[in-house]
Amino acid sequence: MSNGPDENGGFSRRGFLKGIGVGSVASGLVAPFVPSQAAEDQQLRGPGEIPVTLKINGQSKKLNIEPRVTLLDALRNRLDLTGAKKVCDRATCGACTVLLDGNPVYSCTLLAVEAEGREITTVEGLGTPEKMNAVQKAFVKHDAQQCGFCTPGFIVASTAFVRKNPNATPEQVRAGLGGNLCRCGTYAGMLLAVSDAAKGGA
Amino acid sequence: MANAKWPEANKRTLIGKRIDRTDGPLKTTGAAKYSYDINRQGMLWAKLITSPHAKAEVVSVNFDAAAKMPGVKATWKDDSIKDVQYVGQIIGAVAAETEEIATEAAQRVKVEYKLLEHQVVDTNPDLSKDKPSQREAGKVEEGFGQADVVITGQYGCPVITHCCLESHGQVTEVKDGELFIWPSTQNVSKYSDRLGETVDIPQNKIHVDCQHMGGGFGSKFGFDKWGTIGGILSKQTGRPVKLMLDRDLELMIGGNRPSAFAKIKVGAKKDGSVTAVQTEVWGTGGNQGYNAPPVPYVFTKIPNTSITGRGIRTNRGGQRAWRAPNHPQGCFLTMSAFADAAAALKMDELEFFLHNAQFTDRADIYREELKIAADLINYKQKAHLRGQGGGGAVRRGLGMSIHTWGGRGHDSTCDVTINPDGSVEMKIGTQDLGVGTRTTLAIVVGETLGLPIEAIQVNIGKNSYPPSGASGGSTTIGGISTSSRLAATDALNALLEVASKKLDVPVDNLEASGGSIRQIDKPDTKIAWKDACALLGPNPITKRGVCVPGEAQKQKFLDAGVGGAQIADVSVDIETGIVILNEMVAVQDCGLIIDLKTAESQVYGGLIMGITYALFEECVYDTKTGKMLNADMEFYRLAGLKDIGQLKVHMMTGQGYDERGVVGLGEPPVISPGAAIANAVANACGVRVPYLPLTPDRVITALQQKGGIV
Repeated sequence: MSNGPDENGGFSRRGFLKGIGVGSVASGLVAPFVPSQAAEDQQLRGPGEIPVTLKINGQSKKLNIEPRVTLLDALRNRLDLTGAKKVCDRATCGACTVLLDGNPVYSCTLLAVEAEGREITTVEGLGTPEKMNAVQKAFVKHDAQQCGFCTPGFIVASTAFVRKNPNATPEQVRAGLGGNLCRCGTYAGMLLAVSDAAKGGA
Repeated sequence: MANAKWPEANKRTLIGKRIDRTDGPLKTTGAAKYSYDINRQGMLWAKLITSPHAKAEVVSVNFDAAAKMPGVKATWKDDSIKDVQYVGQIIGAVAAETEEIATEAAQRVKVEYKLLEHQVVDTNPDLSKDKPSQREAGKVEEGFGQADVVITGQYGCPVITHCCLESHGQVTEVKDGELFIWPSTQNVSKYSDRLGETVDIPQNKIHVDCQHMGGGFGSKFGFDKWGTIGGILSKQTGRPVKLMLDRDLELMIGGNRPSAFAKIKVGAKKDGSVTAVQTEVWGTGGNQGYNAPPVPYVFTKIPNTSITGRGIRTNRGGQRAWRAPNHPQGCFLTMSAFADAAAALKMDELEFFLHNAQFTDRADIYREELKIAADLINYKQKAHLRGQGGGGAVRRGLGMSIHTWGGRGHDSTCDVTINPDGSVEMKIGTQDLGVGTRTTLAIVVGETLGLPIEAIQVNIGKNSYPPSGASGGSTTIGGISTSSRLAATDALNALLEVASKKLDVPVDNLEASGGSIRQIDKPDTKIAWKDACALLGPNPITKRGVCVPGEAQKQKFLDAGVGGAQIADVSVDIETGIVILNEMVAVQDCGLIIDLKTAESQVYGGLIMGITYALFEECVYDTKTGKMLNADMEFYRLAGLKDIGQLKVHMMTGQGYDERGVVGLGEPPVISPGAAIANAVANACGVRVPYLPLTPDRVITALQQKGGIV
């Protein structure tokens, strides 16, 4: 068997492997947060509740939480910012995606204390029902949502994606959003929505 | 006077158009509050204590260490549990001030077990101890005698789970003898029917509220044990309690789709006509009974058939309705065996299916749908006989399937109110699973009253509203479109009566259109909607619409029975076993479509969910420990954006479809993908890969066992 171009169908091994999807691993833009070197210099904190200040959607929020509280749980359970969802709770599905200094991260696997001093943007910080951003508008227009539980995570990841890739091809959209999962099957609308939003800016 | 009959195509202003879902802006901005998102003042978190063993006697349960933890407010033990039958079975619960404390406390509960021998294997029919089910029609042996070719194959699809992104659970608040509950449910109106008994609160003091829910797919009809536990813990503490399943429990005990394995013998004549089908099928629905999936599926008029079904009781979490119960399994088994018969006859698969459409209940529709699907995927240019698509490491192929579903609307009542200020509101005890229920209701009422959808205030999701059926089996849209149409028509006619007297125009000569009440014979003589409503004086009009399904079907508000055809185009790497979906088309009918946009979304969603179970999904159980090995979302794989290829959806509309009335759509499109994709893989690589999901190991094994490429 040859690895070269297929004389019949125009398929090559190389082209084929390039097309392989998340069958292997999630390849999206969203990534688990890796603490920086600076974190090592911090003093040991806890156990028990400690004061933590988070900068969320431009506002400073003071909390008393245990150090083991994830950013996702701090947002949802302490601050009632419930746009980010808890689904897999293991950095796989992307429903909890928020921006950390503009970069998408899985907030379920990041401790709230690790996010101190960083700019946190949640879906609530990107737009409101009355004033949606370009990605949100495009999701509505192309019906890129059904039950909607994955939608906020996709909105945050897509917003970050189109900011970095204003001229993305559909293939780049597929790869760039590979770190988020939907169960209802709204991907067809998402492909159109994200391509559309990229043109309009987010 | 307005007639409730669905309007003719040229009179429709909203129905059947592509309309954005009305709650889209709430969902995209995170403003939509799901049950999981409800945070009440002083709320506690509950976590469950569950069995780590597949079968064991519960010797003792000790909460001491957990109860002593600061922040723990309540514990509960299920005293009725003497033994456990599957991993994840609930033994007790704790409630604490924070989620973290509750989680740690649950881990500190000490449970002593005496292990018993478990059984989690579902692939071996000899493990069945239940009485087999049997059904026979015609004379199978005679049928095989008439055949020119007889094939025998073995096929199967494993247990898969719903994997709702919002896990099962609820927030419960018992206060002053009343119970307020925010569950994630498919069944708002009847959710509380028996919940009251378990917490000793009368049903008329239970208030159910579910405004948004994150997926159900058939697994969220009842209040479940966690519903009871939430009520008990809230009553015990006097505080609201949130109890949502963690992801591993969601996958293990939140419901699953039974497996189906089968030996199937098919006899066919040279022209393709199937003469006989003989099936032995087995599988598991956990520690419950088993309903054998239908084989032959769809081709129910084949003269000679027999089927034996054997259920295997296993120590696994119990089955629940999974989108189109038993249909995807019956479809996969049937279509696989049929495609193998076509291959044995060296007959084109499309020709074979078109020919055998004679054995279905709607031959003409299937033929039309198959032909449209074939055109959409360029079948003529791409098709080849099995395994004859050329050489090379990567082989391409096509495969198809057809399916059916009932989808008749359920019982539904609905109130529509027209206020003197012109505002309109409706109340209905239904729920939106993500299909666009709010949107379709606004469309129906808006269309009826001649108003834009923004003018309609749609209230759903509470058991205090007029009751409407559970959302299961594609029954919602038929029920709610009928009840809301009837309510809105009655309300409008009451308004027209008032307007008729004040304007001195016979009521028969009045209609609502374009935001006005106008004279039918002189459309320019009209008054604005708001001015017409002002004629009501201080009294709003409220009318109730009642959908009685049988009656509504006779009057063509709704109907039952749809068809659909799907064709998949795949590439298979015969060295690595990797399957890639290149393209897939779905052609689907569902009677009169209310919102074309959300209807198409349902079909795309069905396709993608089907692609997922065809290629990735399987609950993997370890024989030795009885545990589910992939109770997470890393190894229980869902398809991502890169896995779905190019999809095309074609809805059958217009004459022959619209006049049937409304038919449900949630189930049908998810039925065929497993069958169509499996047939495409067989067509591509020349060998039947008999078991779903079509993972590389299964593809390679199939290629090896058949000695490579045929």
